[in-house]
Amino acid sequence: MIRRRYVLAGALAMPSIARAQTRPRVVVVGGGFGGLTAARFVRIYDPSVDVLLIEPSDRYIACPFSNLVIAKEREWGLQTFDYPADITRVKARAVSIDPAARNVAASDSQTYPYDRLILSPGIDINWQSLPGYNEAAANILPHAWKAGEQTLLLRRQLEEMPDGGVVVMSVPPNPFRCPPGPYERASLIAWYLKKAKPKSKILVLDAKDVFSKQKLFQNAWKQLYPGLLEWVSLSDGGKVVRIDPATKTFETEFGSHKADVGVVVPPQVAGNIAKVAADRSGWCPIDPVTFESKLAPGIHVALSHGEQPAEPRLINTCYSVAAPDYGFSVAGVYKPVNGVLTDIEGAGGISPLDAPEAQRIAEARYGDRWFQTITSEVFG
Amino acid sequence: MKGRIGLGLVLALTVAVPPPPGASSCSGCHGASAPIAGRDAKELTEALAAFRSEARESTVMGRIAKGFDQSELSAIASWWAARK
Repeated sequence: MIRRRYVLAGALAMPSIARAQTRPRVVVVGGGFGGLTAARFVRIYDPSVDVLLIEPSDRYIACPFSNLVIAKEREWGLQTFDYPADITRVKARAVSIDPAARNVAASDSQTYPYDRLILSPGIDINWQSLPGYNEAAANILPHAWKAGEQTLLLRRQLEEMPDGGVVVMSVPPNPFRCPPGPYERASLIAWYLKKAKPKSKILVLDAKDVFSKQKLFQNAWKQLYPGLLEWVSLSDGGKVVRIDPATKTFETEFGSHKADVGVVVPPQVAGNIAKVAADRSGWCPIDPVTFESKLAPGIHVALSHGEQPAEPRLINTCYSVAAPDYGFSVAGVYKPVNGVLTDIEGAGGISPLDAPEAQRIAEARYGDRWFQTITSEVFG
Repeated sequence: MKGRIGLGLVLALTVAVPPPPGASSCSGCHGASAPIAGRDAKELTEALAAFRSEARESTVMGRIAKGFDQSELSAIASWWAARK
């Protein structure tokens, strides 16, 4: 049977710019979930395209589920993955992009031409934005917002903290990677404290008044961690304006809080290599259909799973756990309206606030399956 | 230009029919443990319709199915039914 071949997102049906190579080439910068998914699906939809991944790390360390590692409910080994052998990879760091010449310079001193470039570098921490918090401070007050040594450092600090200690965590204003992440982490730290150090406490200092899955988290906290987890909103003086790593002190506009263990969810920007496509906010505006940069033609940013050119419909289901068997989700279905990805009215939303225990357990297991599926899909 | 190129012929074996809008997201949760590939199209269509109307209780499927009309849900069901 003869079928038509489709090219991912149509946008990849590239105008044949005169080049030495005959096969069209897609270069992917960044070997995380976004980059690897893009690399895989470009090949599935059009095997005639050469795909090249530029990624310096030897192994990938996944951030989703790392909060369970911090809470000593999950083995660290489950977070690490080898890069798949069937995707051509340059083991180097992308250093700069020339959008006019359409090539990427890498740390191996080579230059890699592309017809289309997919940028999926993840986030960089903005070390300039929170006074007192720099790379050295992160060795004392971990961010653990990129999984790795930082995750283990935080776990170790919690293990070493005496019972009766205070954990202080600061949360930045929007936007940042993984909006429910700080609250899941606070929940699971509380879970660990309740289990191992019940006289202790966690204080969450937030630069926001509203956050993702807020009511679900707050209900869970009331139910599971009364007196143990305290959240301070922006209006109540939660915004941290300065950090003193030497004394582990978090200063807000209204006072200061000394921590036994301090966690700083750091201010963030799009990965540095993506600044060619970033606006003044530090983030990258994209076309909602093709994920092509609105600023740099030919460059697609953080292309994720399965976009279609004609009438895309994106589905996001994001699970969080407030305890190992207490899961809930926010779902959204989106389509482009006037150039912006827009929620479809009537669809999506959060798990019911009054859901029975069985649903909380079920959603925790759905989250497990999501992780199994995406990691086996991209890493093989 | 709708993003399709009609070459084909020799590469027919490696061809992938692209999923209708939304369908590629299903495997995000329905991967290994709750597979939907190859299930009967009618059964899948009815299940999605029931989630959409809330005739069938669900955890997340009701919230997702409401983002699609009936013909879109049928297209998704047919695509998954045709997969192995």
